[in-house]
Amino acid sequence: MVQFLSPDGTYAVPAEYAEYGKIIADLKEEDFLKFYRHMSRMRHFDGEATALQRQGQLGLWVPAVGQEAAQIGSGHAVGKNDHIFPSYREHGVAITHDIDLMAVLKMLRGVNHGGWNPDETRFHLYAIVLGTQVIHATGYAMGVKFDGKIGTGFAERDEAVITYFGDGATAEGDISESFLFAAINKAPLVFFCQNNQWAISSSVETQTTVPLYQRGAGFGVPGIRIDGNDVLASYAVTKKHMDDARNGGGPFMIEALTYRIGAHTTSDDPTKYRTQEEVDYWTARDPLTRLEKFLRRQGISDSFFEKCAEENEIMAGEIRAQTFALQAPPIENMFQHVYAESHPLIEEQAAWLKGYEASFEAEGGAA
Amino acid sequence: MSNTVEMTIVKAINAGIRKAMADNEKVLVFGQDVAALGGVFRVTEGILAEFGPKRIFNSPIAEAGIVGTGIGLAMRGYRPVAEIQFDGFVFPAFNQITTQLAKMHNRSEGATKMPMVIRIPYGGGIGAIEHHSESPEAYFAHTAGLRVISPSNPNDAYWMIQQAIASEDPVLFFEPKRRYWQKGTVDLDSPPAGMHQAAVLRQGKDVTIAAYGPMVATALQAAEIGATEGRSIEVIDMRSMSPIDYATILESVKRTGRLIVTHEASTNVSVSSEVAARVAELAFYHLEAPVLRVGGFDVPYPAAKLEEKFLPDADRLLEAVDRSLGY
Repeated sequence: MVQFLSPDGTYAVPAEYAEYGKIIADLKEEDFLKFYRHMSRMRHFDGEATALQRQGQLGLWVPAVGQEAAQIGSGHAVGKNDHIFPSYREHGVAITHDIDLMAVLKMLRGVNHGGWNPDETRFHLYAIVLGTQVIHATGYAMGVKFDGKIGTGFAERDEAVITYFGDGATAEGDISESFLFAAINKAPLVFFCQNNQWAISSSVETQTTVPLYQRGAGFGVPGIRIDGNDVLASYAVTKKHMDDARNGGGPFMIEALTYRIGAHTTSDDPTKYRTQEEVDYWTARDPLTRLEKFLRRQGISDSFFEKCAEENEIMAGEIRAQTFALQAPPIENMFQHVYAESHPLIEEQAAWLKGYEASFEAEGGAA
Repeated sequence: MSNTVEMTIVKAINAGIRKAMADNEKVLVFGQDVAALGGVFRVTEGILAEFGPKRIFNSPIAEAGIVGTGIGLAMRGYRPVAEIQFDGFVFPAFNQITTQLAKMHNRSEGATKMPMVIRIPYGGGIGAIEHHSESPEAYFAHTAGLRVISPSNPNDAYWMIQQAIASEDPVLFFEPKRRYWQKGTVDLDSPPAGMHQAAVLRQGKDVTIAAYGPMVATALQAAEIGATEGRSIEVIDMRSMSPIDYATILESVKRTGRLIVTHEASTNVSVSSEVAARVAELAFYHLEAPVLRVGGFDVPYPAAKLEEKFLPDADRLLEAVDRSLGY
């Protein structure tokens, strides 16, 4: 398992991972600080969203506490031409790509099913049916290759794709088929599996008998396991394999071993299926605390951490205000984008509902 | 002078795909055995030689992957034309088609278009083994976001496949496999109508039969026989199962007062169920008889030696004509 930051914040590069270590050596202090700032924002955003759900402002929240290093590290390793196909818990990856977090909250409030433009942001929409996005990412990466956008010799022209999924999703056939299609096409794709060890109440042993990073090997997709709570491992390993993919090296799988500290969603009760000892064990390996310890050893002072906390409070306030202000969408939104081109049945029903609604106004409005 | 040529439905679809590929380099063709072999029905024969392996290639035997990678390619700006080898093999891809392909445009609030065509040879009558004779169109016609069409003759096949490829929405293109070798005249210059528009193929005044795909030929045969028995039967080729062109059907029913809807698919909760319900709503006072449905029975598609008794034929249609006229 690739690890550079131990739980107590000690930094060391094992000889066998020297190649990844070189990538970390290129990082500047501002990069480490950015990792921390984004990880702490992700953590704070999560807490705020959970509170909003508890207040009835969101229909549901999907917490990602504990997965900050896996997401922020890998997200920052994605290049400016690359595309990202997330599952539905990648709020941290969204932060690294400047996705308006209100767009994520809108979805969970029930305003829409996904409110950002995947072509413009290169961050594709959340996928709720497990594994479906992985085969889309594979097709997209095949398209990148068909377009001749790998190994051009001009790094600024090359493109690669990364897709995120969890340990539970690996059981889906779509993911096995993705390994195959990616391998036979030598598609520029990194499979990033966040093994948070729980798929709602099913432990990872329900999904696999072999380590997940080995799952792709039989299809021709090599893999590696990283400490998913180490942001430096997450960044360096993802960076290396995205670079390789862009250079025409084909698909690769990264298993980030992490832990879902929170519930599956706000509807879940993890106390029914796992022990407090287990949660405590992983809390002691918290990715954010680990990075903070490392940074303090590097001489980063209290003022930086205080400033992060201040920024997070400001963000939380803005998010609260904006969430309270979110209105229900206009009724016609239900019909508007079912098809790109005219479809008489949908148009007829939209017109009927409009007339039906108007009939109440004609009667002087509902009592 | 119009530029016409005689060809089979197989050749017409092939010619239509080639035309679309020549017109737009983003059109890609893939599926099981479509490349060197030209597909098990040879619909894509010769395309590899003409366009090369970057435009047409074999896929692994993984239908969900075929459709799922097609979705990704469509996101990338390609116009995928995927073949599902047989009707009964579409179900591994059902999730990708109904939860992803159909919903991507809606989910993205119009940002992501899905100009993908899924070609499916469908229907029975060829003496095949299990899963090779089914008519699963109603599952897809039921799903918002998909367009579902089926040509019944070479001219429509040639034009409708091109219209499907040009559509910005996903299209399920059902090919009537037992009619693949039926010949007809293709007008290479002007399309017959939009792919969702029904066509009156034979005029009549006693009763209307609405059919699509492989049953159109059967309906025309029934009308021919009926004429010798003094029945004037109008035949409509629906051509599209989503959306359904009700205007053409209603115009006809308002003249004849009687409607029979037919397809090979099992009748319960089928396309004909929907047409019967809608026509009852929209033309109630014009109807002289209840709308009748003539389809397959509500059983799994039978073994080949029994398919003749499963599939509606001209006699079953004429029996329904008599019942309709009996009201």
